[in-house]
Amino acid sequence: MKCDKCDQPATVHLIEIVNGKKIEKHLCEKHAVEEGVTVKMTAAPINDLLEKFVMKQTGEAETVERQACESCGLTWDQFRKRGLLGCPGCYRVFADQLMPLLERAHEGSNQHVGKAPRCAGAGELRQQRLMQLRRELDQAVAAEQYERAAALRDEVDHLEQDDT
Amino acid sequence: MPEHTDRASDWMKGDGPFSDVVMSSRVRLARNLAGFPFLSKTSATQRREIACACRDHLMDSGIAESMLWVDLPDSSEMDRQILVERHLISRQHAKGGEPRGVAIALDESVSVMVNEEDHLRIGVLRSGMQLDDGFAHANQIDDLLEQRAGYAYSSRFGYLTACPTNVGSGIRISVMLHLPALVMTGEIEKVKQAANDMHLAVRGFHGEGTEATGDLYQISNQTTLGRTEQEMLADFQREIIPKVIEYEHAARQAMADRRTYLLDDRIHRAQGVLTSARLLSSSEALALLSHLRLGVSMGRIADIELGLINELILLTQPAHLQRIAGGRLDGEQRREFRAEFVRRRLTGG
Repeated sequence: MKCDKCDQPATVHLIEIVNGKKIEKHLCEKHAVEEGVTVKMTAAPINDLLEKFVMKQTGEAETVERQACESCGLTWDQFRKRGLLGCPGCYRVFADQLMPLLERAHEGSNQHVGKAPRCAGAGELRQQRLMQLRRELDQAVAAEQYERAAALRDEVDHLEQDDT
Repeated sequence: MPEHTDRASDWMKGDGPFSDVVMSSRVRLARNLAGFPFLSKTSATQRREIACACRDHLMDSGIAESMLWVDLPDSSEMDRQILVERHLISRQHAKGGEPRGVAIALDESVSVMVNEEDHLRIGVLRSGMQLDDGFAHANQIDDLLEQRAGYAYSSRFGYLTACPTNVGSGIRISVMLHLPALVMTGEIEKVKQAANDMHLAVRGFHGEGTEATGDLYQISNQTTLGRTEQEMLADFQREIIPKVIEYEHAARQAMADRRTYLLDDRIHRAQGVLTSARLLSSSEALALLSHLRLGVSMGRIADIELGLINELILLTQPAHLQRIAGGRLDGEQRREFRAEFVRRRLTGG
């Protein structure tokens, strides 16, 4: 089919209903732009556009990729590759990035409403402290610093007793 | 190992409500101990520590009258495969040499996996449609464990899990359904589509990543955040599963009314092959047992109990079959032994 305005092939087909009357327009690209039916694209590579769009959507810059959880050392990039978080602390460190992901996975929700442990709330800080102590304990054992390890072990036991 | 691996566990016997369509109900809760990283970031020492702590909590909490602890790295491949076939551990949990295990109630209605993807995966199984009862039991175990083990929890995100798709309630409600008539009429695709639209997962007999064989489909929730456990259960109990049961019943009736010969041919052909074949592969056996099960639950075949068919579905799987045979069998030997075993059980010989 040829353009209504010239001999070029029509690439844009428009059907308008004006006052109950059907008006068909068949235009080539040039005349479609002139008529204001389409907007001329300056050669923007689609890949580039998509990439920018994805980056914007996930709100990520390179720094985020490399940002690490201070408790377990997991980076956001590692999480994206494996799909598994490293520790409870990751939920706090990566809260912003996790939000859109959680909402997609859980029908728009990002807030827990179900069952809670009886001691919920008070325990959250203690959980972080325990994790910190256990990491130090592991390092002390690896470095064969047994005295330090024993002291750390006592502290862990003490905190755990508080927990129960 | 569970004592009687030559027969089905109680929850597989098919005597629960709606057992003509619902094989079993399962409720699983994912939990992690506070103060430890998730498993991908634990050191070998921490992993051992978590495994020991969980084992002690599980064995001392009075969860069941009698609990059995299976240390998986010390178990043979065959034993682990038996546990997979009995739905007591996942396929993933059967692999690898890291410190991990499973605590099993003697009647096999409870299995708690330790160091699978999360530190604890509390699972409760029931025969037929018994989700409320299953959840009540899982919840009770969770309460008992919580008194001993502090859980990783945040008021914002709920129970914290290694994978964010389980965070919140950490609950997975699954119902195993036998839907042969929906498969025969092709309407199963509509059910799958509807399930997807409702954010439900539809999986095969062996769970994640498996195709449906023997017309067995497992429907489970995917959303764990932003809805209470009771809301999710109510959806399954009152809306989702009753609807699927209704569709399957309607499809069975339609087949009986309009395609009587085709239906009876499938059922009796299955019985014929199962009672006379000399070689049977596991997938062929499962497909035929499915049709026989349909015949029995529609009352078109007499003298065979539903429980026996459920048991054969379990026992004709490779690891169980070899356990019964008393040793390793290669593929050809298994097909031969399977055919003989099924023939014997169905004809009472």
